[in-house]
Amino acid sequence: MIGRERMTVVSQRMIAERTYELTLSGQLVAQMNEPGQFVHIKVAEAADPLLRRPLSLCQIDHKQGQCIIIYRQEGKGTALLTQKQPGDRVDVLGPLGHGFPLDAAPAGGRALLVGGGIGVPPLYELAKQLANRGVNVVSVLGFATKAAVFYEAEFAAFGETYIATDDGSYGMAGRVTDVIEQQGLSFDVLYACGPKPMLKALAERFRGRPVYLSLEERMGCGVGACFACVCHVPGSETAYKKVCSDGPVFRAGEVVL
Amino acid sequence: MNRLAVELPGLSLKNPIMPASGCFGFGREYAQFYDLSVLGAIMIKATTKEPRFGNSTPRVAETPSGMLNAIGLQNPGLDKVLAEELPWLEQFDVPIIANIAGSTMEEYVEVAETISKAPNVHALELNISCPNVKKGGIAFGTVPEVAAELTRLVKEVSVVPVYVKLSPNVTDIVAMAKAIEQAGADGLTMINTLVGMRIDVKTGRPILANGTGGLSGPAVKPIAIRMIYEVSQAVSIPIIGMGGVQTAEDVLEFFYAGASAVAVGTANFIDPFVCPTIINELPVLLDELGIRHISECTGRSWKTGAHAVHCRS
Ligand SMILES: Cc1cc2nc3c(=O)[nH]c(=O)nc-3n(C[C@H](O)[C@H](O)[C@H](O)COP(=O)(O)OP(=O)(O)OC[C@H]3O[C@@H](n4cnc5c(N)ncnc54)[C@H](O)[C@@H]3O)c2cc1C
Ligand SMILES: Cc1cc2nc3c(=O)[nH]c(=O)nc-3n(C[C@H](O)[C@H](O)[C@H](O)COP(=O)(O)O)c2cc1C
Ligand code: FES
Repeated sequence: MIGRERMTVVSQRMIAERTYELTLSGQLVAQMNEPGQFVHIKVAEAADPLLRRPLSLCQIDHKQGQCIIIYRQEGKGTALLTQKQPGDRVDVLGPLGHGFPLDAAPAGGRALLVGGGIGVPPLYELAKQLANRGVNVVSVLGFATKAAVFYEAEFAAFGETYIATDDGSYGMAGRVTDVIEQQGLSFDVLYACGPKPMLKALAERFRGRPVYLSLEERMGCGVGACFACVCHVPGSETAYKKVCSDGPVFRAGEVVL
Repeated sequence: MNRLAVELPGLSLKNPIMPASGCFGFGREYAQFYDLSVLGAIMIKATTKEPRFGNSTPRVAETPSGMLNAIGLQNPGLDKVLAEELPWLEQFDVPIIANIAGSTMEEYVEVAETISKAPNVHALELNISCPNVKKGGIAFGTVPEVAAELTRLVKEVSVVPVYVKLSPNVTDIVAMAKAIEQAGADGLTMINTLVGMRIDVKTGRPILANGTGGLSGPAVKPIAIRMIYEVSQAVSIPIIGMGGVQTAEDVLEFFYAGASAVAVGTANFIDPFVCPTIINELPVLLDELGIRHISECTGRSWKTGAHAVHCRS
């Protein structure tokens, strides 16, 4: 069930360059289950900035009634979000969309999680839930530079974790696809979230394999009503999927990247 | 007495609040949040003869207190709307206003004739004002003679009243409104979005893939109010007003300007419950202002001899 709630800020801290970890509490957490789902956040009560911001669920904690979002300060909206203090309220609509299919990973099998930059957060809840099901989790996380790296130890708690940086300032130098090649990483299922070129490279490299990708698109409503976030379906001029309500996670090949 | 009930051509509305076309899909998404029967009416997404994909993404860009959209009339096409969307909406006790669009006059006429016969379609809204398509849409909304001709043709075939949706992207909206009234329109809806553009300062290129898009949201409200104020004094057919409505106070402002009902668009994206919230707040506001019936408010800003508003608080 999608709900709307003024959730309470429990804490907020900077965990990497321009990157913040925001913990929220509220009733809505009870509705959150799927890793890869997102929430739509109104960062200010005022009419400006007007639109909600889509941000992925990074951790869901039903016991504590809390969820965590990790976001990078980009523009006006995320800058305002950094100012939220413990006790402040944040207007949250969610959980939205369809997340990563856990059933695609066989118990005892191997899941390769590939994250790029601010695409890393939703993979954390995924890693947690997969590990709970007895799936072997291998994570490959790419960042621009050392200062941008976050959650290395957190991912390592669930399995082998490789960090790559574009400038080679930390971990391995190069892209996540290079790391997969160099380390000869195999998998039963691959889950990825990150910039489109990275998703495209993975889809092409592993064509025909079970690969699930989380897409980003500019949104209006976030619930499937406004047609802002559509993408093409291969082989059709008019067929479409909505990133907000049919996605954001799609099987590679399901939509045109 | 239902102080919110409004009678318009083809439409017996239990209240004057309805979601605006394109901001509510075909209702399915918002039915997750509340019973759509509470709404006065629903204006469904523009329907064209064939399915349309619309423009490339990005299709939306934020602006100060507003947003630009360039969806490009994406819709599943007339057949699917008739076979799936409208029948699904029949479970709700709510009249549907079918927003229709086309690339040619023939397409408009064909869609109008067919969709007007659907049992729950109580009125048509002729979208001659979409700024986001190359052919059709706004082309029909900027030349009074063309708009009048299209209105006449659609009136001939439609079995329900026809409302024409005006574009604010014209120099003389009153001339447009009069031409459409003379052509036989039963009502007007206004305003559609204003053509605008945003440029990404990092890339130096327009944010929207389409370049331009239609501006909506609170930013456009004063323009909508001014245009309704002018048009309502020049025509005698009713106006369904829209543009930046977010609250019950906004609704009243539209009535005072000259509207007889009000549609809510962009605000649904910010608060999916905005329509029922406004509907619940309106009676409270009417009480505060000592207004017996919402219809008394239409045109109060310009009507001579209208009662002064008593503020009881
Ligand atoms: C499903 C989904 C999940 C996401 N999860 C995360 C996450 O977990 N962490 C994170 O840091 N970022 C995430 N993003 C990206 C995040 O939504 C944008 O960075 C954010 O909206 C930027 O807002 P702003 O006000 O700072 O920027 P502005 O440039 O001021 O935003 C202006 C408008 O553009 C939109 N916009 C700008 N960049 C993006 C973008 N990349 N994707 C979608 N809309 C954008 C904004 O939402 C807003 O409507 C996600 C995006 C999507 C679609
Ligand atoms: C995303 C979006 C899609 C729209 N699609 C349509 C449409 O299909 N047909 C139409 O007549 N108007 C369409 N409109 C215009 C709205 O119905 C309304 O006239 C306008 O947005 C002003 O109202 P608002 O400020 O409350 O949104 C659309 C507006 C938005 C924001
Ligand atoms: S954001 Fe409105 S349909 Fe996806």
